[in-house]
Formats: sequence, structure tokens, C-alpha cells
Amino acid sequence: MKFAILINEGPYTHQASDSAYQFAKAVLAKGHEIFRIFFYHDGVNNATRLTTPPQDDRNIVNRWSKLAEEHKLDMVVCVAAAQRRGIVDEGEAKRNGKDATNLAPGFRISGLGQLIEAGIQADRMVTFGD
Amino acid sequence: MLNIVNKSPLDRGSLDSCLQSAEPGAILLIEDGVYAATRGSAGEARLKAAAGKFKLFALGPDMEARGIADRAMDGVTLIDYAGFVDLVAEYNTCQSWL
Repeated sequence: MKFAILINEGPYTHQASDSAYQFAKAVLAKGHEIFRIFFYHDGVNNATRLTTPPQDDRNIVNRWSKLAEEHKLDMVVCVAAAQRRGIVDEGEAKRNGKDATNLAPGFRISGLGQLIEAGIQADRMVTFGD
Repeated sequence: MLNIVNKSPLDRGSLDSCLQSAEPGAILLIEDGVYAATRGSAGEARLKAAAGKFKLFALGPDMEARGIADRAMDGVTLIDYAGFVDLVAEYNTCQSWL
């Protein structure tokens, strides 16, 4: 079965990022497919590579990047939510005249159409948020 | 439909909204939502009253993380993340009451 996951909450806020990660791992462990993980609203903060949590804490951002690399996941960050919160890739940096980028590996910035498409293509869409 | 509630009934009205509005189906309590399934809590009576309309589930790891796994009320089935995935697959649609 094809799953899509929508994450609307930032990391280290309440529990949505952690719940979504554990759920995604369980989906893959069951042999299902993850069509896409979409990060929206404060959820886009899951995609900054500049976080430095304490060494004995989980690194939520790196954990997503690793999961995406291992399972070839499509992790999409909403462009408008990302611009508001300073989540920037090279294309956005050029377009908006920014002097740095911070998008973590495994993520890509795109539009809400990607969320709609995930809703159409996936058999199930599960939302995690605040 | 599978209804997912992630906030305590002491914090938000999302469980009440779900109980009032949702069609018969299942409710899965996760994150702080699991507090509703604690024996002797304010949420217990509301869930018991709705037990004829909804199958009730709570995420065991979230109850354990809060030290209340041994205080789960009767009528609620504790599941793990694999069970969470199975529930989502079992029902055609799911709704997170955020």
C-alpha cells in the first residue's frame, strides 16, 4: 500500500516529528511504500541542516536525511512556508538574494501541488501536527 | 474512518470534537491524547460512553513514555507503531483531529 505523510509541526516542539518518524519507519518495516513526506507550516523547520542538538539527544533533521537516503524517500518542503521561515536551497537563495543555504540532504523545496498529488496518488495520507 | 487524537482532553477540545462529530469507526489516541485513556481520568467516562460507536485504541509506546501504561482503562486496546500502520491500512480514510 502507498502511504503519504504530512508533517505540520517543527522538530523539538511537541511530538509530531517524532511520531511521524516512528510511523514512517513502521510503514517501511511492514513492506509498504512511502510515496512522499510533505513538510508544511512549521514542519519545514525539520529541513534545516544547521540544527545542533545536544550529543545525547536525537538529531531529528539528520534522522530524516538518513531515512530518505536509505529508502530513497521523496521529502518535500513547502516553498512558501520555507521562505517565511528561512529554509533556503540554492535556487531560492539566488531568486531571493540570500547569502546562504540551509536545506538538509534528502529534502527538496517545491509547491503545494506536491501535497495534492500525494493525496491523489497515495492510498492513505496521515497527518502529524500540533 | 480512523480518527487520530493527539492532545489531552485537559488541554484541547479535539477529543470532544471528534466524539461529537465523527461517524462511527475507530479512535486512536497518540501523544498526549493517551491521557484520555487513563483509568479514573476525566476522559475515561467520555470514552466509555462512546465505546458503542467507536473501537478504541491507544499507542502503547506513548502511554509507556508517560508512565501510564499500567493504568489503561478497560475497553481500550494498546497497540505499537506496527499496529498503528495496520489500523491506517484497515480503514479507508483517516483524520487527525488537530
